[in-house]
Amino acid sequence: METLHGIIQYLQESIALLGDNLPLLLQGIGYTVALTLLGYGFALILGTVLAVCRVSPIPPLRWASAVYVEIFRNIPLLSLLILIAFGLPDVGLLLPYFWCGVLGLTLSSGAFVCENVRSGINTVPVGHAEAARSIGLGFFGTLRFVVLPQAFRAMVQPLVNVFIGTVIGSALCSAIAVSEITWVTQTLNIQSGRAVVMFLVAGAVYLGMSLGGAALGGVIERAVAPGGTGRCAPAPRST
Amino acid sequence: MNESSTPREAPRGKTIGEPLISARGVDKFFGDFQALKNIDLDIHRGEVVALIGASGSGKSTLCRCLNRLETITSGEITIDGERLPEEGRDLTRLRADVGMVFQSFNLFPHLKAIDNVTLGPRKVRGVPRAEADQQARELLERVGLSDKENSLPTALSGGQQQRVAIARALAMKPKAMLFDEPTSALDPEVINEVLDVMTELAEQGMTMLVVTHEMGFARHVCDRVVYMDEGEIVEQGEPEEFFTAPRSERAKAFLSKILAH
Repeated sequence: METLHGIIQYLQESIALLGDNLPLLLQGIGYTVALTLLGYGFALILGTVLAVCRVSPIPPLRWASAVYVEIFRNIPLLSLLILIAFGLPDVGLLLPYFWCGVLGLTLSSGAFVCENVRSGINTVPVGHAEAARSIGLGFFGTLRFVVLPQAFRAMVQPLVNVFIGTVIGSALCSAIAVSEITWVTQTLNIQSGRAVVMFLVAGAVYLGMSLGGAALGGVIERAVAPGGTGRCAPAPRST
Repeated sequence: MNESSTPREAPRGKTIGEPLISARGVDKFFGDFQALKNIDLDIHRGEVVALIGASGSGKSTLCRCLNRLETITSGEITIDGERLPEEGRDLTRLRADVGMVFQSFNLFPHLKAIDNVTLGPRKVRGVPRAEADQQARELLERVGLSDKENSLPTALSGGQQQRVAIARALAMKPKAMLFDEPTSALDPEVINEVLDVMTELAEQGMTMLVVTHEMGFARHVCDRVVYMDEGEIVEQGEPEEFFTAPRSERAKAFLSKILAH
């Protein structure tokens, strides 16, 4: 009986604590969402450019892209973030910590996006690219109109993985004092000593974002599948 | 086929003016393996040439070299008097002038039949969509597929896919067409629907190089047969002469194998 009473009291206090700190928590969620969306968005652009370099006919571009990928996917994100946050000022570049976080996530996730786009491109039979070249399309035309639209289908789920990696990676930005949700809950934990509640809240935020991203990925995958709801859907039967 | 039904600029045995496609001293190596050995080949305007030979004789490689899908190791290839460059815009432009039909069709699976046909004209030649669509419908009708314009390639049979592929190549209004074993991946019952389209093209005066194992097509539709073995052109000549009285021992052996039954 006493145990139950204790649990109820703990819950009441926890809810009160969360209620009191709601603005701070919401701000933390806002920063986490912003870090993720900006980091992932820029990573998509960077990764696609890198992947195009990686399949280009120009050897130096291929090498540069390969070196980039091998460096940035093999550095722990935490090390990268600390390097950016505390290394850049040494060379005279002062970025707000939030943008240091975005930069770190972009550089790291971009390497993974590159490899996913590249492996997606590799799923397209080489004959399709040859057919595109034979009707006079150049390198970019072949990629844009023939290869990437097909490759995209194979890339959706791997790109969802990178999204989830970016969501989870954004937690490491707490180490460079970006007041995202991990930083907020950690701070409140130190003040209140309620670690379980605080990290449950943080966990729920990450879980919600990751599940949301995966669900959106599923919708996109179905839309671009042959015969799906997207522009590849078969047109009404002609008679 | 008699002469009167072939209103071509270069009827059998005659060559008029500069060749449209010309290969001079072409060598091609894959690593240490020499796939093409000192190839000299001229194809004149309106000429229909069959390129035959056993598997691995280099005939597909030669066909693919003619529009630079394969690079050549040495020698020179010219299209309509222009040297085929290594890379770049000029190569892209020259490629658009030479249509190519592949053994495995290679239709773009994410595009409907009509969009497969219009992609080149719209994106390479800048033809407005309405005009490109109209032209594509005419071409699809020409290959007997006017009711399939909205079908995705996966909904088409092999023969239908290959006919769409021919329409796609024709949409670029090419000066010449290369066919790389266009019927080898097809079921026997649909081979003829593709050969019929090709025969009609030949009769309309298209310059064609056809890599093929269809000896009937080579004999009755083509103006000239080029026989390759081990990367060399061993013998070439008029089809009737080649099939009835081959000069080289290698051609005799080849023909005895394939015509045995």
